[in-house]
Amino acid sequence: MIEISHLVKRYGTKFAVDDISFSVGHGEIVGFLGPNGAGKSTTMNILTGYLSSTSGTAKVGGIDILEAPYEAKKLIGFLPEQPPLYIDMTVGEYLNFVYDLKKCTMNREKHIAEVMEVTKVADVKGRLIKNLSKGYKQRVGIAQALVGNPKVLIFDEPTVGLDPKQIIEIRNLIRTLGQDHTVILSSHILSEVQAVADRIVIINHGKIVADEKTEDITRVVEDGRLYSVKICGPQREVLAALKELPGVRRAEAVGERELDSFTYHIESEPGVDVRKPLFYALAQRGWAIIGLEAVGMSLEDVFMKLMDENVRKKNGKGRQ
Amino acid sequence: MLAIYKREMRAYFTTPIGYIFIAVFLAVSGFLFGITTLQSQTSDVSTYYQILMFAYIILIPLLTMKTFCEERRTRTEQLLLTAPVSLTGMVMAKFLSALTMFASTLLVTAIYFVPLTEYGELNWPRALGSMLAMFLIGMTFIAIGIFVSSLTENQFAAAVGTIGILFALLIVAAVNSLIDSYAVRAVLSWISIYSRYAYFTYGIFDIAAVVYYVSICAVFLFLSVRVFEKRRWA
Repeated sequence: MIEISHLVKRYGTKFAVDDISFSVGHGEIVGFLGPNGAGKSTTMNILTGYLSSTSGTAKVGGIDILEAPYEAKKLIGFLPEQPPLYIDMTVGEYLNFVYDLKKCTMNREKHIAEVMEVTKVADVKGRLIKNLSKGYKQRVGIAQALVGNPKVLIFDEPTVGLDPKQIIEIRNLIRTLGQDHTVILSSHILSEVQAVADRIVIINHGKIVADEKTEDITRVVEDGRLYSVKICGPQREVLAALKELPGVRRAEAVGERELDSFTYHIESEPGVDVRKPLFYALAQRGWAIIGLEAVGMSLEDVFMKLMDENVRKKNGKGRQ
Repeated sequence: MLAIYKREMRAYFTTPIGYIFIAVFLAVSGFLFGITTLQSQTSDVSTYYQILMFAYIILIPLLTMKTFCEERRTRTEQLLLTAPVSLTGMVMAKFLSALTMFASTLLVTAIYFVPLTEYGELNWPRALGSMLAMFLIGMTFIAIGIFVSSLTENQFAAAVGTIGILFALLIVAAVNSLIDSYAVRAVLSWISIYSRYAYFTYGIFDIAAVVYYVSICAVFLFLSVRVFEKRRWA
């Protein structure tokens, strides 16, 4: 449905997007993950015809966005980073305008009612967009992308700035939409794309770092989990005991002292759950665990990890 | 294109801009009409329209300052530029909606012809010629205003920039007569919007002038399209 090959966007000497290639099949939800300024929005803007690429091609439904923009744009529903809302219109008027703008030929009332139903904005239909809350504005932005029922939906950071309840609602909505649409969504938060995407494309400094199924990325990331443990007991002895524990790859004292307890970071061997042995070992010595939590990986950690993984894979192949 | 046109027309009346434009236009025009014709007891409207032309310097930017820079500032242009609409269609829709506002307000000034025919003898060819010239000049100014608006995302900058250009185009005629060099005068007269206007006031339909105004208009609209084209590639 979407094919991007050797896409480059250069601003002066800076490469915003540097030779990116990937494709997205029909009915697939792909998460586009990367830190701010990685080139996510630029790629999306090129794909939707808002920007032109320096070189390379972007095709939607087999149609090149530069060669036949009119036909290609008809296939795309786009929610930019900032929803493109005319704040002096009511929600109903705005969606009707978008309907006309996209030159749709459906049953107007029925279609717009459906879109408002799906995105749950029907109850604010008659209100001016400028008076809506951020969550509603975001949903009107999504509604706008859905008008005309385009085959491809492109959402640039659809959940940014929403409260947790709204985030869950939008995630569910995207998952539902993914059943009969091709969806690309971007985010700079790993858990965000993990929650909805079938596949994750990770991009950094304009280059693709990883392009894998969500399960695979999750496995790599959770492989060798990191825990933060708070233990009551003498620091040096506790640390020595932790290091001796089977399944522990690395242990270190972080040095946060609270009454008589210290915090330690423990990284486990891949595929081993060290929490139980940890508990029993410490209980035997009479040291109490008063806190234990899994430490989430930051995007940078994920990058490092994936890079390592890639290098290891390549080396492995080289030896065989 | 029709969708954008309709939205623009609505926007003039859901924001104060449309009302301010019509009110100020008619107030200035009524005042000028009172002074130039009624008070001087003449049925010749050419002086009135001639002075009204200078009011355009302030009035036209009111209509055009928002057209593109507001879209750019609020990022709504992303919706327009990713929709199946051509750039030309988008620019034309904006242009035509501003032109509709301007032309319909200008038409209201035809009311002034009623007392003139009632209590005097109106020279119809001269009156209608002047009005047509006003329409053409206004149209040209709108195209220039839209072009300036496409360059910036600051409404104020767009308005001031437009005022500057329109002022320059009108006073070129006055400056021109002070210059000795023939070459400079020839060049300046090409861009003098004011001097093309003269024939209409005598009731002569000057086809060359019509072509001139329409061409200038087309050039600036074309440039606006190019601005969007260029920004996509930048």
